[in-house]
Amino acid sequence: MTDQHQAHDLLRRMLRVRRLEETCVELYSATKIRGFLHVQIGEEAVAAGVMSALEPDDAVVATYREHGHALLRGVSADSILAEMFGKQEGCCRGRGGSMHLFDAATRFYGGNAIVAGGLPVAVGLALADRMQGRRRVTACFFGEGAVAEGEFHESLNLAALWQLPVLFVCENNLYAMGTALRYTESQTDLALKAAAYEIPAWPADGMDALAVAEAARRAVDAVRSGGGPHFLELRTYRFRAHSMFDPERYRDKAEVASWVERDPIATLRATLQAEDRLSEEEWTAMQQEVDAEMEQAVAYAEAGTPEPVEELTRFLYTEPATP
Amino acid sequence: MKTTYREAMRAAIREAMQRDERVFLMGEDVGHYGGCYAVSLGLLEEFGPERIRDTPLSESAFTGAGIGAALGGMRPIVEIMTVNFSLLALDQIINNAATLRHMSGGQFSVPLVIRMTTGAGRQLAAQHSHSLEGWYAHIPGLRILAPATVADARGMLWTALQDPDPVLIFEHGTLYAVPGELDDDAGAVDIDTAAVRRPGADVSLITYGGTLPMVLEAADRLATDGIDAEVLDLRTLRPLDDAAIAATVTKTHRAVVVDEGWRSGSLSAEISARITERFFYDLDAPVGRVCSAEVPIPYARHLELAALPTAERVVAAAREAVHAGG
Ligand SMILES: Cc1ncc(C[n+]2csc(CCOP(=O)(O)OP(=O)(O)O)c2C)c(N)n1
Ligand SMILES: [Mg+2]
Repeated sequence: MTDQHQAHDLLRRMLRVRRLEETCVELYSATKIRGFLHVQIGEEAVAAGVMSALEPDDAVVATYREHGHALLRGVSADSILAEMFGKQEGCCRGRGGSMHLFDAATRFYGGNAIVAGGLPVAVGLALADRMQGRRRVTACFFGEGAVAEGEFHESLNLAALWQLPVLFVCENNLYAMGTALRYTESQTDLALKAAAYEIPAWPADGMDALAVAEAARRAVDAVRSGGGPHFLELRTYRFRAHSMFDPERYRDKAEVASWVERDPIATLRATLQAEDRLSEEEWTAMQQEVDAEMEQAVAYAEAGTPEPVEELTRFLYTEPATP
Repeated sequence: MKTTYREAMRAAIREAMQRDERVFLMGEDVGHYGGCYAVSLGLLEEFGPERIRDTPLSESAFTGAGIGAALGGMRPIVEIMTVNFSLLALDQIINNAATLRHMSGGQFSVPLVIRMTTGAGRQLAAQHSHSLEGWYAHIPGLRILAPATVADARGMLWTALQDPDPVLIFEHGTLYAVPGELDDDAGAVDIDTAAVRRPGADVSLITYGGTLPMVLEAADRLATDGIDAEVLDLRTLRPLDDAAIAATVTKTHRAVVVDEGWRSGSLSAEISARITERFFYDLDAPVGRVCSAEVPIPYARHLELAALPTAERVVAAAREAVHAGG
């Protein structure tokens, strides 16, 4: 990929996530989507950059703030929105909703709503690859809040001890719900935690998609070539509330505004335009293309069929093969 | 005084903090965020960060620290955001809190209160919709409370704090916004007995916590059919108030247990077994049960509704009990 091609690709990826989530927020207000909805608006560079470094047969484990991860992993906007509408056409047939997107075809293992719950699973996926001699990588995303859980420490230790091919991706947006990192960690330099387990770890600017992509490429290459687990701390910020219920009493508007100035989409776009690498026509076309994708997805979700109630107890156990 | 379940709970915490300096609240987002369900809203400003302690996402550590602080002479209120996350603290609750007194031959006591939100009904899907209070009620050494009314939300906490042993309080997520009347001088209530919320003669509807409002609604519907249902609110899930269960069953001779937990190996199974063990010959119908479908609770509204106990299902089960045997 040429530099320009890669930059456009990252910009398009981020724009797709942004529009998908803006659409979700609108649909939430219109009560088409219910339950908890956590958007990553502002953090798009993280998923865009890391996903760009993965191969199709790698695995991804994410959190409840995972719409963008699913989309960029290759799950269609159609099936993501249909899922949030509780429709049969959704990627989990309406059972999972926003926090539990899963997709076997793209090896997207969720969608986990228990903080740090995905880390041990990622270690196990990597263990299976290791034991079966496959050169695949498992990318595990989690918020900085997860760093306080025992499962984080147990998982990092295990991955390092057994030298497993996991890429730990810490999305450090400075807050776990309403509690700032400084109130929850005695050591706020999170890469040091990984280093304590002998895991190579480095931070990157999570508002800069090119920087994330570069850091991820280096880390993924190292993991894939047998270098054991690696850890990325991506410093980012969520522009919106934690979920749709959060009155945001814990941070002031000026802080949010100062991060919004570093909007990863606007930043990359401005850089490219300043260097004459993105014409106004290209940008307009990109927006139109993405808008059309999301409009189509809403129509698809609207037109879907609610999962029949008779199917409620399906998928609890393996179904006998039909002759 | 008009109030809500949420405000009543907050008033209870405030009162406990004022009355006893050893009381403090700790948990995730109890301070700066204002409480995940806004129960502790404003308390950080009132009592400061020493006594309204924001914790990291470390359920096992801060629950265990609550046990240690209780052993050390404090009266902690640990807030676990929801029962779903209490699974990360299960070892501390079950292996430490519940056992220390007995295991130490009575030397140590753990005067700890753990509060947590429970239940489904808000389209939060499988990992955020557990009703595991019945599961905790399986554990000897714990006292399990399920306040269902504003008065119990206001009054159970203080009494729980006076208990020298660990008490778990389960607050159903759908109850927080429920309004109610409270006497101006409302205060502590007992944590031993069940309460008849609606007297009746034909069938006993036995429930607790989040399903109480729905069961009362079902009783109203049954009344229009000429069926006079008695509604028993268990209030305390361990130890169960056997006398109250006996009183209602020997009065109506028919019982339906309504429990948002799953049916297999559940609290409803326990209650049903106790009724048949002791009152088999008093019964005019088999004990009925309305529980959640045995699946992880799904997200989609229509599927979630199909999985949970509803007034329709309670009405149907009560009718079946009343019409059993003709
Ligand atoms: C074990 C557990 N405890 C508590 C929660 C409630 N909760 C959901 S998200 C969240 C904050 C997590 O913050 P972080 O890991 O930084 O991720 P972010 O939301 O910032 O992306 C909390 C406390 C949970 N889901 N799981
Ligand atoms: Mg965070």
